[in-house]
Amino acid sequence: MAQTKRVIASEKVFSLKSFFLQWEWFLLLVFILVNIMNSFISPYYLSGSGLLTATSSFLEKAFIALPMVFVLVIGDIDISVGSTVALSSVVMAECYNKLGVPMGLAIVICLLVGTLCGFINGIILTKFTELFPMIVTLGTMILYRGIAVMILEDQASKNFPSWFSNIFWGKIGSVPYMLIVFIICAVVFGVLLHKTTFGRRMFAIGSNRTASKYAGIEVQKIRLIVYTLTGLFAAVTAIFLTSRMGSTRPNIGEGYELEAISMVVLGGISTAGGKGRFVGAVIAIFIIGFLRYGLGLINTSASAMLIIIGSLLIVAVMFPNLKLGSLIGKKAKKLM
Amino acid sequence: MEKIKSITKTLTKSREISLILVLIVLCAAIQLKNNQFLSFANLNDLLVNATIMCVLAVGMMCVLLIGGIDISIGSTLALSGMVAALVMRDYPQTPAIVSALIAIGVGLFCGFLNGVVIAKGGVIPIIATLGFMNIFRGATYLVAKSQWVHKEQITPDFQNFTLNSLFGINNMITVATLCFIIAAYFLKFTRTGRKIYAVGSNAEAAEVSGISITKIKIMVYSLMGALAGLAGALWVSKYASAQGDSGKGIEMDIIAACVIGGVSLTGGKGTMLGVVLGCLTLGILNNALPLINVSSFWQDAIKGLIIIIAIILNVMTQRSLDRNNLKRREL
Repeated sequence: MAQTKRVIASEKVFSLKSFFLQWEWFLLLVFILVNIMNSFISPYYLSGSGLLTATSSFLEKAFIALPMVFVLVIGDIDISVGSTVALSSVVMAECYNKLGVPMGLAIVICLLVGTLCGFINGIILTKFTELFPMIVTLGTMILYRGIAVMILEDQASKNFPSWFSNIFWGKIGSVPYMLIVFIICAVVFGVLLHKTTFGRRMFAIGSNRTASKYAGIEVQKIRLIVYTLTGLFAAVTAIFLTSRMGSTRPNIGEGYELEAISMVVLGGISTAGGKGRFVGAVIAIFIIGFLRYGLGLINTSASAMLIIIGSLLIVAVMFPNLKLGSLIGKKAKKLM
Repeated sequence: MEKIKSITKTLTKSREISLILVLIVLCAAIQLKNNQFLSFANLNDLLVNATIMCVLAVGMMCVLLIGGIDISIGSTLALSGMVAALVMRDYPQTPAIVSALIAIGVGLFCGFLNGVVIAKGGVIPIIATLGFMNIFRGATYLVAKSQWVHKEQITPDFQNFTLNSLFGINNMITVATLCFIIAAYFLKFTRTGRKIYAVGSNAEAAEVSGISITKIKIMVYSLMGALAGLAGALWVSKYASAQGDSGKGIEMDIIAACVIGGVSLTGGKGTMLGVVLGCLTLGILNNALPLINVSSFWQDAIKGLIIIIAIILNVMTQRSLDRNNLKRREL
């Protein structure tokens, strides 16, 4: 295990074989296959507008997946994001509809609520470091959605100003705003993770939390930042999602946490922390999104979709493990 | 003074006793608000409603003990209940016990799949069961062709099981109690039970001392699946219908019950009594909130808040315990 973990950029020797054996190439292959499949399904798919339509069918969820990469890299998990989406969306809608807050301000409030939700997760986890992220975010998952239900009961909140729907549906030329925002965010997140000390520290925390602490990294501060960031981006998803639907209900965004985690894990980010590359996660986001879109085109039932996505997740995670296991086995035999 | 101190010390020393104290206070407070709470009929209702949770919690405790987690149980419950219900719909002559066994069998198979993927495939439990949660849920809709199985389509024998009682105790309570007793005995007094604790506290040490971790893991997840299958049968019998989305989200309640009961997520730590108390806590919450006129829309928020408070309190008592232990050592 120690040997696989030591592959840190500075020590890596370039070899063509290991370069092409990377998970990202495999993902790229799957991505191309999905696209070929889709283009057989619909003749309009492989056109600019076809691809853009496909992209906007899932991209709002991808905003959660971006910070989720960070969460998994530092070896944590956050399953409260779906509920954060619901709470921030419901608060935004009710601020506008019941309290008469102008929509612009309501959007800011939405972002604040999301940030606060993430911050609460972070503060509980960093003040009580013995607690498991899984169980704390499970509690807040029930709590946040519970508050959303308290606010809106079984009603829906609609009647937003007409420009609000433009946030999702608006375009520059033929490129949706959302895609532009996503690309900017993805680049910023990628650079943060791979090119800054902050990113290196996150990897360090994920590989060995205790060692990082003794090396002078402010582990808890970074965890707090990452959780807060996750909350903020859940709110971004909430804005796009609400804008798309034109209404909101307390059950909005249910199951998004699992989808985001699936995307990130398929992207090769280890759930044990400290491993993974941002590019992989981005490709995986598009694989799952396009796959869903293509399956939707041929009227695949929601139930079959669940089975396919679930199997994809398990196979994706199991596949490299099996290979790695046999490789290590062989090496061990050689050493003996 | 010394005496009081020592009494409080023994009281807070055990998680279970402090949990019992909290429960007593909780019950007393609810009773003051609504004197119907501690009536026999209501307590019976409370227990009957908590049984499905209890059955699942027994399995979940074993899974948590080996340091795993299983979030696919809601889907397993739905799938196994649905298969049993479909069998009854299409072959109305099926005896109730056979339908129940079919449900348990389906659950066992689901759990076995989980176990193999986790133990042999090296997929971490949360991801594997997350995948299977989707797969089993999809399979439930698929086998039922997205339809419900209605009350008239389920054999009366099967429905009556959860309505009937033995010696004045509802059958469901008997089933849950049996599960608890058998599991407590199994975990405490059998070799395999002790192996589960061993794997959970230190997997490497367990492996070195000759315990097959793979086998234990597959066994525990299969057990969890079988219990989820049993819970599925109880569910169909109790609610007299099988739906595609039954049991959705129940896994979160179960994990919460176990954690409140003091089962550690790192594995190796936890007692059956604690789990019973954890289930009772959630059962009381579910039962009492409507009784004290809390709007049903508030229940989830309150539940979430209580889970968070419970786990934080847990950590704080643990910290003070550790401090006390340190102090004692210094003396």
